[in-house]
Amino acid sequence: MRGETSGHAVLRGVTRVYPGANPVHALGPIDLDLATGEFFSVVGPSGCGKSTLLDVLAGLNPPSSGTITFEGNPVAGEVPDGVGVVFQEDASFPWLTVRDNVAFGLRRIGMDGAEIARRVDYAIGFMGLKDFASSYPAQLSGGMRQRVCIARTLVLQPRLILLDEPFGALDQQTRLLMGDELLRLWRETGATILLITHALDEAAMLSDRVGVMSSRPGRFIDLVDTGWTRDRDSRIVSEAAFGVITARLWSSLRTESMKAMGRT
Amino acid sequence: MSRAARIVWTRWATGLSAVLLLELACRTGLVPKLAVLPPSEMITAMIALLQTDEVLGNVAQTFSTVALAFAAAVAAGFTFGTLLHGLPRARRAIDPLLASYYSVPIFVFYPLLVALFGLNILPLVAIGFLAAAPAMLIATLLGLDRVPHVLLRVARMHRLGWGRTAILVILPAALPNLFQGIKLSLAYAFIGVIAGEFILSSGGLGYSIAFAYESFDNRTMYGLMLFVLLSAVLSNALLSSWEGRLQRRRGRA
Repeated sequence: MRGETSGHAVLRGVTRVYPGANPVHALGPIDLDLATGEFFSVVGPSGCGKSTLLDVLAGLNPPSSGTITFEGNPVAGEVPDGVGVVFQEDASFPWLTVRDNVAFGLRRIGMDGAEIARRVDYAIGFMGLKDFASSYPAQLSGGMRQRVCIARTLVLQPRLILLDEPFGALDQQTRLLMGDELLRLWRETGATILLITHALDEAAMLSDRVGVMSSRPGRFIDLVDTGWTRDRDSRIVSEAAFGVITARLWSSLRTESMKAMGRT
Repeated sequence: MSRAARIVWTRWATGLSAVLLLELACRTGLVPKLAVLPPSEMITAMIALLQTDEVLGNVAQTFSTVALAFAAAVAAGFTFGTLLHGLPRARRAIDPLLASYYSVPIFVFYPLLVALFGLNILPLVAIGFLAAAPAMLIATLLGLDRVPHVLLRVARMHRLGWGRTAILVILPAALPNLFQGIKLSLAYAFIGVIAGEFILSSGGLGYSIAFAYESFDNRTMYGLMLFVLLSAVLSNALLSSWEGRLQRRRGRA
């Protein structure tokens, strides 16, 4: 279920145009209200601006027009305090152990050593990495490395977590299990989550709401309320409602995907 | 025995066999002693030479010249590599020159270097530097090119400033390539200085080897050659072992 307070993160008329000899209008205009504690997913055809949306919301890229606020404050120029981002690619630091990777952000802000150890232990345990705390990323599987990156974001206790296709490189079984881990994390932290994904089933299983984007320039063409309870897990994939939601997502997306492939 | 251990043993066995074969060939007269000394005599000659003040002085001169050239090459190669990486237009202009740099015989510049620096150690340092610096520069460019973009985004996510991003993310990410550059720079500085001493110097190991050659002093020539060979192999082995430890930490070795 969605939280009581609305407008945790708000986008109004947000566009992004990449300048150049032939400017590329990648995104928008986008209007979006993310409620506190909501799990919102974004699906859309390849190249529709999903990752651009995440970048502008995170403050990693400025919007060309429009406004973005997080907890009432404008997002401009840098990632706001309280926002954590997990990227699609393996973003673990190969020269650091799992423990040092997870502690990276905390050490940068000069936190007390005991508090760092407490938070890191919790995050490592939570993500099931306890036996690998002293391992280096190269000694871990792709799924475990992604868990390291999630743990590194988790220790910062973000109130808004932005995930850019974090399970994109994983096999289907691992994705389902990682989805369960993500739902557990979401329930325990109470954070608002925005997940960018190209997998309709992943979006349908994990989200309270799913935004379907058009082909470029990406705009929301449908917002689907899933109606799942907060204690859901991957077993809902066998429910009839799951099929209905996935079918609706696909029916909204099919034409746009064909446009993106150059077939109208 | 592990595969890695088998490779090491095979390498040692091959080297040792070659040395034994040469020893045998020299001792049986298959290879005339006037042309090549048996390895055992090279070793005794080397040990004896290293106990003389004259040779120790030459060793100190050569090693200090190499050290100066190497340090200057690493510092300049890294600095200019970093600057060039930040200036894509300048890089595009310089890239073809870098690509063809090692086709230029840098020793032709020796007269110019003597005219610039005088008849002292500096022209040799300059020759070593000119041989080594581009290797470090190219390795720096390559290392910085290969820093995964996503790691820079992670740095931004953690709101790291430019300096902390460089120290905490870019340098460690580029370290394997930088290390390659350091290794190559040492090898090139060594080659540049020794070769320079051969033709351009009145002191140092290269000069002593050339002088012994011209004097038909095989014991000195082979003793010093063995010392140069062992010094080069040892310094490379030390750097390789350091590099191996670094790579193992990253799980890549």
